This record gives sequence, C-alpha cells and structure tokens, in this order.
Amino acid sequence: MWTPELSLALALAIPAIGGVAVALLGKYPNLREGATLVSAVLLALNVAYLVEIAPSHPVLELANLAPGLHLVFRLEPLGALFAAVASGLWIVNSLYSIGYMRGNGEKNQTRFYVCFCIAIGAAMGVALSGNLLTMFLFYEVLTLSTYPLVTHKGDENAKRGGKIYLSILLGASIGLLLPAVIATHYLAGSTDFVAGGLLAVNEVTPAIAGVLLVLFAFGIGKAALMPVHPWLPNAMVAPTPVSALLHAVAVVKAGVFAMLKVGTYIFGPALIAATPTSDALAWIAGISIVLSSVVAMTKDNLKARLAFSTVSQLSYVTLGVMLASPLAMLGGALQIVMHAWGKITLFMSAGAIYTATKKTEISQMAGLGRYMPWLFIAYTVGALSIIGLPPLGGTWPKLFLMQGAWESGHGLLIVALVASSILNVAYLLPLSARGFFSAPEEAKLKKKPPMLVILPPVITAAGVLVLFFLIGPLRDYLAPVFLSSSLAAEAAL
Amino acid sequence: MDMLASLLPAGIAVHAPALIVVIPLIMAAVAALMPRGIFAWGVTLATAIAVAVLSLNILGQVSTGGVISYAMGGWLPPVGIELRVDMLNVPLLLLVGIVGLLCVIYALPSVADEIAKKQQSLFYSAFLVCFAGLLGVTITGDAFNVFVFLEISSISTYTIIAMGAGKDRRALTASYNYLVLGTIGATFFVIGVGFLYMATGTLNIADMAAVLEQNGHDRVTQAAFAFIVVGLGLKAAMFPLHVWLPNAYAFAPNFVTAFLASTATKVAFYALIRFVFSVFHPEVNFVAMSFTWLFAVVGVIAMMVASVQAVFQTDARRLLAYSSVAQVGYMMLGLGMGTAAGLSASMLHLMNHALMKGALFMALGAFALNFGVRRVKDLAGLGQTMPASSAAFTVASLSLVGVPLTVGFTSKWYLVTAALERGWWWAVAALMISSLLALAYVARLLSAIWMETPPAGKAGLAPARRLAPWMVLAPMSLLAFANIYFFFHADPLVGLARAAANAVMGGN
Repeated sequence: MWTPELSLALALAIPAIGGVAVALLGKYPNLREGATLVSAVLLALNVAYLVEIAPSHPVLELANLAPGLHLVFRLEPLGALFAAVASGLWIVNSLYSIGYMRGNGEKNQTRFYVCFCIAIGAAMGVALSGNLLTMFLFYEVLTLSTYPLVTHKGDENAKRGGKIYLSILLGASIGLLLPAVIATHYLAGSTDFVAGGLLAVNEVTPAIAGVLLVLFAFGIGKAALMPVHPWLPNAMVAPTPVSALLHAVAVVKAGVFAMLKVGTYIFGPALIAATPTSDALAWIAGISIVLSSVVAMTKDNLKARLAFSTVSQLSYVTLGVMLASPLAMLGGALQIVMHAWGKITLFMSAGAIYTATKKTEISQMAGLGRYMPWLFIAYTVGALSIIGLPPLGGTWPKLFLMQGAWESGHGLLIVALVASSILNVAYLLPLSARGFFSAPEEAKLKKKPPMLVILPPVITAAGVLVLFFLIGPLRDYLAPVFLSSSLAAEAAL
Repeated sequence: MDMLASLLPAGIAVHAPALIVVIPLIMAAVAALMPRGIFAWGVTLATAIAVAVLSLNILGQVSTGGVISYAMGGWLPPVGIELRVDMLNVPLLLLVGIVGLLCVIYALPSVADEIAKKQQSLFYSAFLVCFAGLLGVTITGDAFNVFVFLEISSISTYTIIAMGAGKDRRALTASYNYLVLGTIGATFFVIGVGFLYMATGTLNIADMAAVLEQNGHDRVTQAAFAFIVVGLGLKAAMFPLHVWLPNAYAFAPNFVTAFLASTATKVAFYALIRFVFSVFHPEVNFVAMSFTWLFAVVGVIAMMVASVQAVFQTDARRLLAYSSVAQVGYMMLGLGMGTAAGLSASMLHLMNHALMKGALFMALGAFALNFGVRRVKDLAGLGQTMPASSAAFTVASLSLVGVPLTVGFTSKWYLVTAALERGWWWAVAALMISSLLALAYVARLLSAIWMETPPAGKAGLAPARRLAPWMVLAPMSLLAFANIYFFFHADPLVGLARAAANAVMGGN
C-alpha cells in the first residue's frame, strides 16, 4: 500500500495539495490554517517513513525530458535527514506563523501560506533529488517561491531587499551553478548522484574538478559563502516566520545540503582532497566563519545579528565539505540538523519579542526576560547550542569538525572554529543577560504575546536538548554515507 | 507521423509543397477584395488553418518518406523551379504555420483596435503576401526563388509595419529605414546569387552544391559567400546589421511585431544556414574560418551589446526587440560552432525563442489593447489589473532568462553542452553573462508589472481589473504553456533540431 515510490511522490504532492487547499480556503482563516497544519503533519509522517527506508535507496522517475535528461528522486540518508528537519520544523513553525501573522495583523496571509507550501515542497524536491538537474530545478523553484515571502510587506524596504535577494541567488545559480551542472553532465555523461562521486568514478582530472568545485561553492548561493552572502541579511525584511523556517532552515539548509551532496556524491571526498582549490575554499569558509561573526557583533538589530550568525554557521558545513575527511563531513551533516533547531529557536524568539513589544533593536530589550521568562530561557538554550556547549545538540558538529580539521591536516582552522564560538558568546548572550538582569524600560508589556508565539520556541529549545542525546543513532545513520563514499572513492582512484 | 502523413487525401498531399505557398498568395487577393475587415480576417484565418494543416502533413510526409522534391509546373530540376522539403526546413514550415495561425487568431481584436476600418482588408491582404513570402523562402529549392520570395515578404512587411502609423507616426520612419536597409540587404543577396550563377551555371541549390563540390572554390564564390552572408545577415538581424529591427518592432502594430518576431528573422536565419551549410560546405576552408571568426564572434558581441542595450530601454517593445537581437546572437554562436551539436542547439533555440517572443509580444499587445501602455514604467501594477496576461508574460520572460521548467532552460542546456564539446569555455562564459543580462532586463519588466502599484483610476477609484479578449488570451496562454510543456517533453523539438542539423551536416 504505502510503497516507497508512493511516499516519494507524496513528499512533493502533500505540500502541493496543501498549497491548493490553502488557496481555496483563503476566505476562511481558521480552515486555511487547518489545511496548513494538516499538510505539515501528514508531510512529517510521510517523511518519517522515508527516513526509515532511506538506506534502501528507493527511486522514483518524475519525468523524462529528453534523452539523457531525467528528473528523478533517489532517496539516501542525507536527503532523508534534511527532509525530516524541514518538515518537522514546518509543524512547529506553522503554529508559530498563526500566532505571529495574526498577532501582527499582517496582510495577504493567503498568499503567504500558499508560498510557504510551495517553498516546503521545493525543499523536499531538493532533499530527495537523485541527480543534479533535479536538484537545480527545485533549487530555483525554492528561490522563486520565497521571493513573494521576502517582499511580503510590500514597502520600499521590502522591495529593495527582495531585489538583492533575487538577483544574487538567481545570478549565482544561473551564472555559476548552471554551467557547473552542464559541465558535469558533459564530463560524466549524466548528473546522477553516485556513491564515491560521479566525477571521481569518471576519472575527471583534479585540475578540472578544482574549477568545477569553485563554480559549485559560489554558485550554490544559498550556502551563503562569502562573498555571495548579502542576500541573507537582506532577506530579513521578511516576516519572522519566514526568517525562522526558510532563512534559518529550509532555504539556507537547502544550500549547504546541496553543497554536502555535491561534495559527497558528485566529487567524492578523495577527489575534493586532490583538487588544487579545496584548501583555498576551506580557508575562505574559515574566513567567512570568523568575519561574519565579527560583523554580527556590530549589529544592534536582532534579526540582522542572527542573519550574520547564520552566514557564519552555514560556512561550517562548507568547511566540512572542503576538508573532505569523513569526520568533517559528518560534522557538516550534523550541523545542518543542529543549527536548524538552534537558529529557528532564536528567530522565533526575536519574532515573539517583536509581536509583544514591536522592538527590533537589542539595545531596547532590557528587562524583557522578566515578562517573558520562558521565551528568554528558550532563547538562551538556543544560543548556547549555537555556541556549542554541552548538553545541547550544537556541541557535536563542532567537535566532529575540529577532529576532522585535525585529521585532514588543517589544525590551524581549529583556531577559526574556536574563535567563532567565543564570538558567538559575545554576540548572542548579551540579549539573555540584558533581558534578565537589566531594569525594564516600561512597567509592563504593551500587549501579552499570544501563546502560539511563545510555545513553539520552547518546543524547539527542548528539541535542542533532546538532540544532544540522540547523537548515537544519528551518527550510526549518517556515518555509512561518508565512510562508504570515501571507501568507494579510494577504490575508484 | 503516419497519421500526419495521411492527414490529407493523396491527391492534395502530393501538391502540398506548392499549395502551402500558392494558397496564401491567392487568398491575399481575395482578402483585398473583402468589404469589411472581419471578412478579410475570416479569409486570413481560413488560410492560416490550411497552411498549418499542410505544414503538419508535410512534416508527416518528410518523416515517413524522406526528402520531398516537387517540380513546379512539371519542369524537372535543375531546369525548372524545385520546391524541396527536408528535415532542415520542416521545422520552419511548422513554426510559420502554427505560430502564424496563433498570431492570426490574436489579430482580430488587436487589428480592430489599431488599424483604421477602411484599411483592414488591405492590411490582411498585405499580411498574407508576407506569410506566403516567408513560406516560399522556406520551401523553395531554388536560389533565385529565395530572393524573389524574400522580396515578396519584405515589401509586404514594410507595408504592414508602416500601418502602425495609426497609433504612432514614428512607424513611418521605422518602416522607411527598414525599407532602405532591407533593399540593400536584398541587393547584396542577389549579387551573391548572381556570382554563384556565374560560377556554377545553375540556380538550383542542390545542383549548385554539387557543381561547387566538383569545381572547388575560387574568388568569385568567395565573394558570393560574403555578399550572401551580409544580405541574409541583415534580414536575420545579425549584429551589427540589426539597426532596422528595434524601431520596426517598437512601432509596428502589435500583431505584426508578434508575428515577425517569432517567424521573419527565423526564416532568414534558416536561409543563411541553407546557404552556408548546403551550398557552401562547412569543411571548405574559408567557410570554416567564417564560423569561428565571423559567426561566433558576431554572435557573442550581439549577446553582450544588445543585451546591455536592452537593459536601458524605456519602451517595452524596444527592450524586447534588443533582446531579440541578442537571442539571434545565441543562434549565430551555435551556428559558428560548426558542429552538429552546435547547429542543432541553434535550431532548438530558434524554435524555442519563437515560443517565448511570440507570447511576450502578444502580452505586450494585450497590455496596449486594454490600457494603451507602451513604456516600461507604464507597465506598473498590471499584475493586479491583468493577472492572466501578466502570468503568461512572466512565464515567457522566465523562459527568456533560461529558468528551469521552461524551454529557455533546455535551449541553454544544449547550447552550453555544444560549446563544451567544442572546447569553447569562453562561449560558456558568454552564454552565462548574457543570461544574467537577460535577467536584468526581464527583472525591470517583471518588477514593474508585479511590484509597482497601478496608477489610480479616474476620481481616485481603485483601478479595475480588465480581462483581455479571449482571442488574445487563448493564443498567448497557449504559447506560454508551450514554454512549459516543451520543457517536460523536450523530445519532439530536440528531435526536430537534431534531424535538421543532421540533414545538412550528414551523420545520423
């Protein structure tokens, strides 16, 4: 009945049908949000099944465009995990969206929820794609479908942000990623994701692979490797639920996920290590990590600070790919999961504070923790996880990345990782301190925040704690991907 | 294919190559006699349907039975005039036939709005002459005949462009400029054909090729090559011979722009391929050199310069006209690769570009029809007032950029692959930069349409929604849909393009 192929198709169909239902129910807000929630829950159940069957690699052919050009889904553990993170957090975030959008009286809510469904569907497409062509297609759909969300407010500021968002993401993907995809197809005769690396299996020389690696690294603009990062801070003009789910989870993680997938299945760790450019890219990622943390320090606007923090944290994954050791890549994969849960907590907290007080600048948030203790506790837990302190989920990726850096002979990059964690402390924790210990400016809140904006961050903060203890199963689930791919690559070379 | 081949009774099917040209010519005279525009339109529609059916039938015949050679009046080639259909010109016949039919459906409301009542019959008549001319260029196997039909189509084109004067007097100067340049181009072409006749003693294209292969080339044939390339290059808007095009497209009636943009330059480009590849041979030294140093270079310059010019246009149709010049550059680049892959990518883009530009100009026509807008900034807020037309416009413009889910992506994929195969990395870079420029100028149009607020109506009322007439909406949506459909089913078009390239390059 519930076959793997059906389940793959449903991963795309559920958000699509959900989107149609939301559009049709536009006039009845409660039913409309019901449709979103039902879709989110169904999708998460479906993805849970996919996570379970991922090691058997089911395949679903979507369309045959022309000889040699197929749109195809092929499930594997990395994609299943990314799908699980995105769809799981979609439930929490949908609850939060309801509270936020109603609490702030936003307009065009139907368009908002429809675009959200499409974006999630596109993220599923990226997660499940079986070749580069399919991934590229959904990657572009994701860009286009999130554009109306970024410019949701419709004022000059939103339009300007939207313009930068679209031009950088589309520009990088058409100008750099697309030629890389076509060149891969030309060199290897297909764009399929192959264990051990498609290019390695086809014996592409390290020099050409090096050029392609650069094109991929900067062409996947959603991974926000400096200097293609400015779209992300500019995307912060969007309503906070968008920033929370899309620009901390689905969109940016689609970027680093694509990077990881390209590194694992198109190049293969051995070929990456052999390219002349991977060292330079690892250092660019390292610089990206430290530099954007420094920039984050200078921002008083909470969302802008979180955005630069995201730029920094995304480069951890890129760094893991470029280090090309199994441990570092495992660290990168875990970072996708751990950072998602941590950062969505922080963004939802920022949105909750805004809903309650209309405050956006950190310097104005003194003493708010006294009125919203649960929220500030959730924020602090999320922040500590991003910093990488046990017993929170964010510890593991940092640990594995440091081990990986050491293992691949890049001991110096450990300094960048440590420096970044220290900077994280310096720019994330002041809000907690100020919230709890400074004297509040007003005697009481203007408005009591709705339950639906407080509860979701508390749930995700609890999730961060749980994830720390789930490391065993997670590692066992992911490790075969990197071990087998490095083994296969060694066999191929 | 068998089904298409048996679409018409055998007695008619045999004469299909002649009928496809003769019917529009005769009907042009009939249309001119019609007392009212709507009757003339009826005649035109019937003709366009007949041509579309004939072109499908010819496709069926060629794909099942191979090359068709039709001797006009029973005089056998090379003495008599030969009509010749192979896999290279079948796509063009289909394009002119089917896109032509869609344009004609679109014509009725658009022409009624733009052309004075008294002139409508004559307008349709002139259009049919142009239609016949384009089909004639495509189907004839005789070099001098190409010139004759080229002039038939051009002279009638000058007329129908000039008829845009009802809305904007500048159509007259645009048409006059085109007339001067077009005549120069035609002269160059006929001189080239004359030289070839001198060298070979025949006017039949296949015969010329055979004689040239036997006798080899000398200065005369080289001069002929130069004259023919310039002559046809001008008609095809090959950079820098494109200067007539932006104004002609900007001031012609909307229907004319939509039709010309998707067919006329394409037919001239086909004629160029026919001469360069069939009459001259790509392996001949000076022809091979012209590929790399003329077509590829000129193509790349067009892709860059015309795209940059497009970014800075204020008139929406001029903007798309410059974009057309840039897109012709893509085709020239594909041709210049001199490989089967390059030529087939070029043919594929030729067909795909017709689908994009047809839909785009139709949508601009719909905007002009409902709101009289022409400038980019006047497109503000049309997404709210004309959502359906705006959606069609958006799909086609994304296709122009080469976003996945549209045929523009397929075009780009094959062009880049062909460039990689040829080892031309610089061409890949040029294609990407040009795509980014396309993104820049398309973004101007789309952000005006979707992001700006519409100007308030009279007395400060909210601007009302206005649906374009269904005869505008239907062909436009169909073309926009084709942009998506042929992404998922690229096989038919890619197959046609491959077969076309193989027809002239040999191989399989």
